[in-house]
Formats: sequence, structure tokens, C-alpha cells
Amino acid sequence: MNARETVLGRVRDALALSGTPEVSVPRAYRTGRTLPDEERLALFVDRLVDYRARVHPCTADRTAAVVAGVLRERGARRVGVPAGLDPAWLGAYDGEVREDSADVPAPALDALDAVVTASAVSCAETGTIFLDGSPGQGRRALSLVPDLHVCVVDLSSVTVGVPEAVARLVPERPTTLISGPSATSDIELERVEGVHGPRTLDVVIRTDV
Amino acid sequence: MSSTFLGMPAAPPRSPYGTGNLRGDRKFPKAASGELRNEQLRRNLGKATRSIRAKRLAVTGELPDWERLRDAGSAIKTETMNRLPELLEQLERKVTEHGGTVHWARDGVEANEIVTRLVKETGSDEVIKVKSMATQEIGLNEHLDTQGVTAYETDLAELIVQLAHDKPSHILVPAIHRNRDEVRDIFRREIPGVDPDLDSVPAHLAAAARAYLREKFMTTPVAVSGANFGIAETGTLSVVESEGNGRMCLTMPRTLITVMGIEKVLPRYRDLEVFLQLLPRSSTGERMNPYTSMWTGVTPGDGPQEFHLVLLDNGRTAALADRIGREALNCIRCSACLNVCPVYERAGGHAYGSTYPGPIGAVLTPQLAGMHEAKGDPNSSLPYASSLCGACFDACPVKIDIPSLLVELRHQHTERSGVTAEKLAMRTAAAVMKRPKLFTAAQKAAGAGRVLAGRDGTFSHLPPPFDSWSDSRDTPAPPKQTFRSWLASAEGAATLRAAAEEGVPAPGPTGAAGPHDPEEQR
Repeated sequence: MNARETVLGRVRDALALSGTPEVSVPRAYRTGRTLPDEERLALFVDRLVDYRARVHPCTADRTAAVVAGVLRERGARRVGVPAGLDPAWLGAYDGEVREDSADVPAPALDALDAVVTASAVSCAETGTIFLDGSPGQGRRALSLVPDLHVCVVDLSSVTVGVPEAVARLVPERPTTLISGPSATSDIELERVEGVHGPRTLDVVIRTDV
Repeated sequence: MSSTFLGMPAAPPRSPYGTGNLRGDRKFPKAASGELRNEQLRRNLGKATRSIRAKRLAVTGELPDWERLRDAGSAIKTETMNRLPELLEQLERKVTEHGGTVHWARDGVEANEIVTRLVKETGSDEVIKVKSMATQEIGLNEHLDTQGVTAYETDLAELIVQLAHDKPSHILVPAIHRNRDEVRDIFRREIPGVDPDLDSVPAHLAAAARAYLREKFMTTPVAVSGANFGIAETGTLSVVESEGNGRMCLTMPRTLITVMGIEKVLPRYRDLEVFLQLLPRSSTGERMNPYTSMWTGVTPGDGPQEFHLVLLDNGRTAALADRIGREALNCIRCSACLNVCPVYERAGGHAYGSTYPGPIGAVLTPQLAGMHEAKGDPNSSLPYASSLCGACFDACPVKIDIPSLLVELRHQHTERSGVTAEKLAMRTAAAVMKRPKLFTAAQKAAGAGRVLAGRDGTFSHLPPPFDSWSDSRDTPAPPKQTFRSWLASAEGAATLRAAAEEGVPAPGPTGAAGPHDPEEQR
């Protein structure tokens, strides 16, 4: 018998010995919640700030100005963008913009000062942004290697809780959940922002999209 | 499978004796007494567990449906175990459909061989690792080392442990026993080219780790990870982390090898909506951990182009075969039970001798690796490493009744142990207690033992064969006068009379000194 058959046989034997207690999953926790725009925005911002992310609410027509302002303030001279990102978003930025593609070796992304991406879904209650590799979000390495991540979130894509956010995901897409800049609590359980992922996270929230 | 056809299920084997990291070399009381004398360790642990407890209470308290989430989490895990064969086959099918390769490992030895072969096939003699309990359990790093492959731990706490040639002492924060000054000293000593003036500010220590590992992330072609969840319905694997080292390992190399215990499978993608709330709030006390990665097989042009999933048994089926003990397999490795445990907080994780310390370790370790595998098996002491206070049960996000599991394992241990001094003593006591005259005489004789007690009125050491009792407890000296002799005295009689006058009923035929003591009554 190969290992697969042996392990599966053992599992069946184990269940024959211990029995299978009857169970049904009670999903009485909160699902399908909604909140008015202002409350959802306030909750989301509160959670992001708690993680020491910087938050820039604005209207859609100000996207390019806000993105350029953030990049300039952070001194970013070379910015990576994924294919499919709305080119207008970088319209006010005067530095170098490099569009990413699969032939760029991932380590080369280390030469970028910043990356600007869109996002798929967000969850207000936990301050979490979901990227899923769709156009405008790019491959996972792109939003990981550069030290500054400027992420554009449309308020319409912000759900209240985790169940509402998970329901909007496409499981087969490579999905990254981001809740603030990278952090560690490994030394005396004291939270320190900035380890291997981007040490700075700037979230541009477009309140009318 | 043949055993199923015969209708005679066989008890599945434990993790093979002498392999992996599921057994210490000393029993818990011996190991703990050394750790307890380490004042630095106790200060570090006390500070860390106090701070994490407060955070956890704050973020679990703000969810009005926390208990309902726990109920759902517990039920999903019970359902998972019931349906484990079909869920594992479904997971295998889905991962394969999406371009991954699934391997099965009967035990840690087999898993280590599979991983080593896969690493060697990439041509690399280095591998980067995401913190993983499963690979710690099977001793993968040590095995890779004997095969000429260097494993680099990339989680900050794992890195500290690895650089210090130390062992992890906590599920979530393996270096919880080290304070910032100790970490600075380890980094100054062990990281090549580190700033000799590196100070002990946590942010600076984290920056030193970032600089040290950056090049490894950019150049190492193969990574090994564990998995927090594997979704049968979709074939999606998930790693929950904070630092971004997980994202690096899961994204940058060409080849990814994930070692997952078979109990980590979940039926549906939707089940993540429960566990993504339960796990971060219970473990780091955050509303959400900074990063969670989810991937399904291989995605062309994004991340590793070769993906291997190693499904590990290593004693899990042996635990599953136990009607009561199988509940321990529901554990999602959050470590909340460690942080609330009065025994863990004082003794620390090393005293348990296993990759899995604390309350959950005390029930999981003996079930995975057994506790009667050799004479004086150290694991047989683990079910007793608890005061049964129940704090772990209250804290567990999937409601594992750890105190009941501990009691069941104690029961199994005493059943297996045959005639011991304790059993003999209990039997003798029962015989004596049945005969009132003999009992009174025995109490009088015991009273004479008072003179041998210490100043505080206790015995801290009893002679053999009672030393195993007194090793972990103080025994109070017998009192000058027993309650029974006091009751029979003039003083006792007077007190009873006074009580009767105040309206307290005197002991009648069913009272305390009733039918059990007819001779003294007369």
C-alpha cells in the first residue's frame, strides 16, 4: 500500500473507532451587514489609522493629485505600476513610472521606490484590503517588494465585516489580505511596524466611487 | 483500506518513537523546576503573557457575536474530522487540477524525505522557511542539515531561536522567553556583518533582520511553508502572518513546498469568514493580522511556478481514533490557551519538551506521540502539567474542552500504569476508612508525624515510595487534634449544644456523625 492509501485507510479506521458525532454548523454570527457610506468610511479609517497606515480620503477627480502628493512627500522617484492600472492616476506624478510585466525578474522590483495599485475588496471592521491579482493590482511580488505601497480603494468596494468581504472573493485568484504595513510583535510582544513587507502603507480612499 | 473491507478497524500508529520534536528528555516537573529558577525567563514570560492577554480580551470583547463565532468554529472543525477522508481526497483533486502536486506522508520521517528530495530536485542547497509548527514537529531543519541543505527561518522569532541555537517555547512567539537585550546580543554575535553598535530598540532589531534576510528572499529558489487552512472545496491554501516574510517565501521562489497536517483541511471557502475572525483576535490580539496569503495551485506569471503539498499524518489519525481526545485536533494553533495558563506562564514552553507546549500541547503531544512508549516516558507527565483551572477552555476559539481531555489522559495513564505506590496507598486508605476504629487509630498515629513537618506545617519531601507525590506538592502535617476527636470531646459537645439552642439542628441519624460511626455515637 502506498502512503496515500495507508493514511486514508488510517483515517477511516480512526473514524470507525471513535465514531462521527452528529453536528450541524450554526452560522448565527453576523453576516450580510450594511452601513451608510459615512459610517463605513469612518470605521475603515479608524482601523487603518490604528495599524499606522496613512489614509487619504478624496473624491475620484482628485485621485491623480493625491497619489502624486503622497509619492512626492515620500520622495519616491521610481514607481512601479501593474498592467491595467488607470494611467490617469499617475497623470500628476513627475517621476519615472515603470509598468510591471511577468518577464521582469521579481528581485528587480527591489529597485522601485514605491508601487501604486488598485484593490479588489476591503473590510471596514478589520481595516483589511484584499488584492486578487486582477488588472490594476498586479502580481503578488509587485505589491510586496517595494518599501512603499500606495493602494487606491473605492468606498463602494468596502464591506462592513469579514463575511461580507469573503463572499466577494474569487477563491482561485491568488489573494493577499493587507491590514496595515508589515509588523511584528515577536520581541516582548511589542508591535513594531515595518519588517519584510512594505514598511509604509498609504491608502487613498475614493469616497464617490 | 483493506482493514475497512474486513470490518475490523486497526488502531492507527503514533508518531514513531525517537523521531521529531514531540518528546522531551525529562518529565515535566523535573524540566519545570529548572525553568522556574530562571528569574529572567519568568519576568519575560510574565510581561509578554500579561500584555497579550489584555489585547485579546479587548478585541474579542468588541465583537458582540464572538461566542457565536466560537460555536461555528467548533462545529466546522467537528464536521471536518467526521468527513476527513472525503475532504482530503477533494483537496488533493482540487490542488492537482490547479497545477499543484500532492504528496502523502505517513509520518515525519517520510515527510522529511519527501521535502528533501523536492528541494534537491530544484538544485538548491538552501531553502527559506515560513514559520511552521508541522515542520518544527517533524524536525525538518535538522534533517535537511544532515542532507547538506541549509534552512533559513525567516520569521523574526524563529530567526532569533535559530541564531541562538535554541528551541521555540511558544506556538506563536517562539522567542517569547527572550527579552530585547538578549535578542540584541544574539544578533550582534550571530548575524554576519551586523552593526556592532546595534541597540535593543525592537524597531532596530527588526530592521537588522530585514537587512539580513533581504538577499535570501531575492535569491533562494525554493521555500518551505506550513498552512493554517487548506480548503477542500477549492484547493486553496492559506498562511496567516505579520511580517511579510510569509508573503516573500510564498511569492518569490520558483518552487514552493507546503507541509500541512491532515487536520488543517476545511470543507468550504466560506468557512474562512469564521476562522479569519477567530484566529487573529485569539492569537496576536489584533483585529486582523497584517498579512494573509491565499493561493490555489499555480498561477501562471504570479508566484511559484511549481507547488507541492505534503499531507502529514504523524500520529494525527491515532488522536482521531480516540473518542474524547480527537477534539485536540480541532486546534488552530492560536496559542490563546498558553497565554492564559498559570502553569505555562511560570514554567515556560521548554518544560513541556514538545513543539506544542502549554495546555493544548499537554493534550496534543501525548496523543500524537504516545505517553507509554518507553519506561518512564516523559510525555506521561504532561496531562498532569495543569491545575485544571479551565482558563484554557474559556479562551479557546474553537471551544476545545482541554481540562476534560487532560482528565481523560490522566485516566488512560493510571489505567496503563498497573499497581503503583499511589494506587496501593489509595487502596489501603479505602480499607482503613471503612473501619472506624482502625481509622481513629491511624489518625492518632499520623498525628505523631507532626514533629517531622517543616516550620510552615508542611512536608515538602516524603520518603519513597511517596516521593513522586511530594515532588509536585506540599503535604500538610496532620493536625494536633482531628475533627472527629474534637467532636467527641467536651468542647465539641458544648459547641453542638450551643448551636442547637440557636436553632441549628443537631446531627441526627443522617447527620455527619450518624450511621458511619455507630460505635462512637453510643
